[in-house]
Amino acid sequence: MPSVGLFIPCYVDQLYPQVGLATLRILRRLGFNVEFPPEQTCCGQPMANSGCDAAARPLAERFLAIFGKYDHVVAPSGSCVSMVRNHYDHWLHGKPRFEHLRDNTFELCEYLTGVVKVTKIDGDFPFKVGLQMSCHGLRELRLARSSEQMTAPYNKVRQLLSQLRGIEIVDLLRPDECCGFGGAFAVDEEAVSCLMGRDRIEDHARAGAEVIVGYDMSCLMHLDGLIRRAERAQRVMHVAEILEKAQLA
Amino acid sequence: MTGHAEKAAAFAANESRTHWHDESLWFVRVKRDRQAASIPEWEALREAASAIKTHTLSRLADYLEEFERNATANGIHVHWARDAAEHNAIVHQILASHNVTRLVKSKSMLTEECHLNPYLEARGIEVTDTDLGERIVQLRKEPPSHIVLPAIHLKKEDIGELFHIELGTEKGASDPKYLTEAARGHLRSKFMEAQAGLTGVNFAVAETGGVVVCTNEGNADMGTSLPPLHIACMGMEKLIPRAEDLAVFLRLLARSGTGQPVTTYTSHFNGPLPGGEMHVVIVDNGRSRILGQPTFRSSLGCIRCGACMNTCPVYRRSGGYSYGYIVPGPIGSILAPQRDPEKYASLPFASSLCGSCTDVCPVKIDLHQQLLAFRKKLVDLKVVPLQKRLGMAGLGFVLSRPWLYRMSGSLLRAVMPVLPRGLVYGAWNRWGVQRELPAMPKESFRDLIGKELS
Amino acid sequence: MSSRNAILDSLRKSVVPPASRPAPMIGTRYADPLKQFEETLTAVGGRLVRGGDLASLDVYANAPKVASLVPGVPSRNVDLHAIQDPHELDGVDVAVIPGEFGVAENGAVWVPGEILAPHRAIFVIAQHLILVVPSDQIVDNLHQAYERIQWRPNSFGILISGPSKTADIEQSLVMGAHGARSCTVILVAQ
Repeated sequence: MPSVGLFIPCYVDQLYPQVGLATLRILRRLGFNVEFPPEQTCCGQPMANSGCDAAARPLAERFLAIFGKYDHVVAPSGSCVSMVRNHYDHWLHGKPRFEHLRDNTFELCEYLTGVVKVTKIDGDFPFKVGLQMSCHGLRELRLARSSEQMTAPYNKVRQLLSQLRGIEIVDLLRPDECCGFGGAFAVDEEAVSCLMGRDRIEDHARAGAEVIVGYDMSCLMHLDGLIRRAERAQRVMHVAEILEKAQLA
Repeated sequence: MTGHAEKAAAFAANESRTHWHDESLWFVRVKRDRQAASIPEWEALREAASAIKTHTLSRLADYLEEFERNATANGIHVHWARDAAEHNAIVHQILASHNVTRLVKSKSMLTEECHLNPYLEARGIEVTDTDLGERIVQLRKEPPSHIVLPAIHLKKEDIGELFHIELGTEKGASDPKYLTEAARGHLRSKFMEAQAGLTGVNFAVAETGGVVVCTNEGNADMGTSLPPLHIACMGMEKLIPRAEDLAVFLRLLARSGTGQPVTTYTSHFNGPLPGGEMHVVIVDNGRSRILGQPTFRSSLGCIRCGACMNTCPVYRRSGGYSYGYIVPGPIGSILAPQRDPEKYASLPFASSLCGSCTDVCPVKIDLHQQLLAFRKKLVDLKVVPLQKRLGMAGLGFVLSRPWLYRMSGSLLRAVMPVLPRGLVYGAWNRWGVQRELPAMPKESFRDLIGKELS
Repeated sequence: MSSRNAILDSLRKSVVPPASRPAPMIGTRYADPLKQFEETLTAVGGRLVRGGDLASLDVYANAPKVASLVPGVPSRNVDLHAIQDPHELDGVDVAVIPGEFGVAENGAVWVPGEILAPHRAIFVIAQHLILVVPSDQIVDNLHQAYERIQWRPNSFGILISGPSKTADIEQSLVMGAHGARSCTVILVAQ
């Protein structure tokens, strides 16, 4: 069994511990020797996406020092994994273990489908689900074919969830439009960000989704904040929280 | 100075109109998807288009010389302009030497970039934009709000009112067919009176020494086949090496931009009208500087299809004017700060970096990666607000120290739930204007993992 | 230094890594290119007529002023070669023009400039356009189209796909913006 370093993004650690626990439980139940290196904090994305490389770079270097030793690194976030895989190169290329780290850091769904190759998922989730295909996981990790691309369709999240009994994954009018979170964009461009979010929620609602499911808690935090303010009935869940209740093989 | 966010908020404040704007453009995106899906080799076409542009840019000077040679042999006068001022002076000089006082123009983003119209008007030349959308915004004394759909921000009632005043259409009439017919009559008289026609250039072909112009309305053809003088203005990145390359780009251009299989008219001008004159003005105006920047070089491959605007969830909800630059949307947010980093510092931040533009771009410009790269450039130039730079430096400081990070997190989670709501959702809290903050859990993941593993 | 040389110099100063041209594309082939051509032409607002009986076409039969460039099809109340100034073509109802070939993927017809002599404006200034294309001259896609086109020095050529149109008012599609209000393609046996 490969050694797995569990990477729990800072905001998941602090605000959504249940998502971290669900990820940990899924991986342990699959028999992995999972370690959570406690000195980890953040991948540096908030600073890097604001253009503040000087503030982000030390975090990338820390990340390599902390996680470089594992065979695999797994995180319940598409965005943070994309940071490691696609945006560390200009700081870390040539550093020992960097290429290994970059190529072996996985988002949970792609890890389960592509590396662990889970084929059987035994569980129930008797709800109408709308998938929120967060952008970095979609277009930088290619967790699914984006709607702009004219290639054969696939969707790793749907592939996992669709095996659950009772689940109905609804069809959205705009299957992968951005929710408007965008990190600092959510406050820098507050008006447009919130309008984008409300439009997503409306699309999910129109399709009959009771639960909005995604692989990035940051986007879901934004949608959840809008849902609760508007006192709507929908709720948001991380895909790990659903898979945690099922048997994976 | 107001940046994109303020102007976007003003636009989005009218929510029903914003939704109408969003839906109008999404409709075009859907048409694009349908057209793209009809071509099994779509992704290979994008790849080929990107490769042709990369190749052309790798030896742009050589191809420009080849173009000049062949164009001259076709009887075309070729001019070179380092910047907007020189471009405007050249165009004016050509018109003045032919005593032109009435010019008809078809769409050219380059002449918008150079502010040619006011330059010529100040020198006594009547300039009529003949693309319907361009004519509408010209009559309103506005710039276009989209590079392909110049009047996409206007409702038919707005245009009906404008035409009632300017063209004498019936008051209250807003039927697009009726208004288009009125414009046809009005503009046909302009074509009949014009002494010269000016067009943009969609593609210039080095091999043939000719230029290609694409329109749906036929305005470029009216403007270049009636008066004997044709001036075509091109940014020098419009060049492609061979005529066969046109197939690749024309298959992509209209499908990506408006969701049509091709524009109605694709006109190949390899010389003047019999007895007439044709001039091509090749313009740099900052393009050679972009060529020298590896990160941003591929933005010169842009074929101005507008697909990145149509797909951009921010553009659709903030409108073209919120960008304050002649080319809005994702591509404009890279081109504008090239011109003036301080003035356009907010544009690379006017994106959620969703990457839809990158996936839709027919020439595979990595638009969202360039937006991100520009953010870094603007921070290095110190034109990003100090508050943001200090905030991010502070955040980086905390996150580099696990003890400080843990302490700050615990403090936040302990304090937030006990603070009065009025304080939590005070004016400082931009997140909370329309959104609830997440519920604060008592324990973090790292607090809980010990229990979990024991 | 001239602007020309200054620009070329500044371009040559940039070190741009060499990149080769991609291999030529083949492009989609259609089982029935003629059928595809008709479908696409119809979708872009044009109309296909199989067989060359012009007289049965309302747009032709009822037009007061017809300018024809097709051998054997007479003009009506217009003498193209007697007209000195193309502005006098304003008011022509129908232009009948031979097209060299059609393109199945986009409904376009290639018209070389030589065909349009003496007045290039005729294809766009007429109120309605009839293009006469040999039925065995339909290519699948633009790659094939550009393989066929012969480039002469100081020339003009145009691909025409359907009637003139605009959607600049609220994305409502309206035919007849500046050029032809309708575009009929007649397929004739060679």
